Amino acid sequence: MAQTISQKILAKHCGKKEVLPGELISCRVDVVLGNDITAPPAIKEFEKIGVNKVFDKKKIFLVPDHFTPAKDIKSAEQVKMMRHFAKKYGIVNFFEIGCMGVEHALLPEIGAIRPGDLIIGADSHTCTYGALGAFSTGVGSTDMAAAMATGEVWFKVPEQLKFIYKGKLQKWVEAKDLILYTIGQIGVDGARYMSMEFTGPAIKALSVEGRLTMANMAIEAGGKNGIFEPDIKVYQYLKNKIKNINSSFVISNSALKSDPDAEYKDIFDWDVSKIEPQVSFPHLPSNAKPVSNCGHIKIDQSVIGSCTNGRIEDLRVAAKVLKGKKRHKDVRLIIIPATQAVYQQAMKEGLIDIFMKAEAAVSTPTCGPCLGGHMGILAEGERSIATTNRNFVGRMGHPKSEVYLSNVAVAAASAVAGYIVSPEDLK
Amino acid sequence: MKGRAWKFGNNIDTDLIIPARYLNTSDPEELAKYAMMDADSEWVDKMKKGDFIVAGDNFGCGSSREHAPIALKATGLSAVIAKSFARIFYRNAINIGFPILESVEAAEEIKEGDEVEVDLTVGIIHDRTTGKSYKAQPFPEFMQKIIDAGGLIPYLKKKTR
Repeated sequence: MAQTISQKILAKHCGKKEVLPGELISCRVDVVLGNDITAPPAIKEFEKIGVNKVFDKKKIFLVPDHFTPAKDIKSAEQVKMMRHFAKKYGIVNFFEIGCMGVEHALLPEIGAIRPGDLIIGADSHTCTYGALGAFSTGVGSTDMAAAMATGEVWFKVPEQLKFIYKGKLQKWVEAKDLILYTIGQIGVDGARYMSMEFTGPAIKALSVEGRLTMANMAIEAGGKNGIFEPDIKVYQYLKNKIKNINSSFVISNSALKSDPDAEYKDIFDWDVSKIEPQVSFPHLPSNAKPVSNCGHIKIDQSVIGSCTNGRIEDLRVAAKVLKGKKRHKDVRLIIIPATQAVYQQAMKEGLIDIFMKAEAAVSTPTCGPCLGGHMGILAEGERSIATTNRNFVGRMGHPKSEVYLSNVAVAAASAVAGYIVSPEDLK
Repeated sequence: MKGRAWKFGNNIDTDLIIPARYLNTSDPEELAKYAMMDADSEWVDKMKKGDFIVAGDNFGCGSSREHAPIALKATGLSAVIAKSFARIFYRNAINIGFPILESVEAAEEIKEGDEVEVDLTVGIIHDRTTGKSYKAQPFPEFMQKIIDAGGLIPYLKKKTR
């Protein structure tokens, strides 16, 4: 039977030749991930199982990134619990501040993810790794605990959706706009329980970092995973990160391609040349509008960073817009490189200098403001534009504050203008 | 289980169920104090043990935080009845042994304040105020086993014993 890349990866990890949507399977996992919010409950559950070791010391990744550097005593206690757990069970991949990063930017960067892997993470944006041709999905803490003990996790095989993007991107349009547009079209539950496969000439033209941005937000459409067939760009991205990775394994591996006659529940076909930069209005990521239809929306803050848009290419775009400019006097501009390596590279390229001159507050890696944790919380009635992934009620602070989601260029331009604007219209 | 219905709309996300600003702890009793805070800041004081949440589509969308079903369970809420659930919330609820029931009809017809009774063993939702009964979507056998064991961890313990 014809299978999609997602089905093939699931089948391989449960020891079957093929799997059908709706089938319940138990899969072997290649990576189990947790952060400072989700790992502590997982650790408590793990200890209840009564095993005396983890399934694999090298396959568990613990990244304290949400409330770190610890914002208060309770948060410090959570990270302490992770640190002790890692020591107790010999878990190699615990990332202390100073070498950590926002988890979904960090793991691809350090070569922890291979095409064809099956990954679970106790964080909903674990779907990010589909950009490298892995089946990757978010779960809760109890699933993480069970997987740390057994190396396995149960799944219901999802139905498959295919998204084909054709045409050339307009100036200032980024991968982020494609995914905001997609969520705008199908809604926040348009892909509920389903696989989202992203394909087409416009996708081939995207960088791997752009694809990471798109896969990252599959969950905002309710998707179980977002996935791309790995290609030469993925190989080039990985070859210096993973020892002995084989180019034909990545590029011309039929196990990592969807069969031409594979079945999809639905297929969407869009011409991207008609898509403008998108802005998702409060309080759902699906409230996407072209930036030219936004009207005059004044902002108090602009946040550039997160697992969605905190990588080096994002910071380069921000610097391009901000060079020689300053934030509007009524706007706080917060720029957070997603990993230590991104931060360092940005320094080498002089990007941090541009940000400082623009009067941006530049911080060590953290999820911080994205989830209303710390490092840029909104007061009552305040508005932020952000390159993050969610704009739910209270997401960045006060329940009566507002978050508008956009790409990097629009967030940077808006910080200068004081209201939501395309860089094209920045005076 | 018996209690009153509290109605909520579509796409009730995990930030509404338990805002991230309270996630610096995973203590259920502590989390319960802030359940549904940003949807209705007085709900925790108004609700009584045994009550139900009755909601629309995609309940629990957003974050993977298990703190969401943990907080609801710790308030003493009997169950959530919804038209549909977001997938991670659905998994998490089953994994921690918190009852969830899917029924489009029940979610549409049950009104705020109605007296509701649920028999989990047969998946029947009974609205005592209107006298109407609804059958919830049955769980696949494997998930029912996890539910019967009281969650994934007790299920695993039983299996490995």
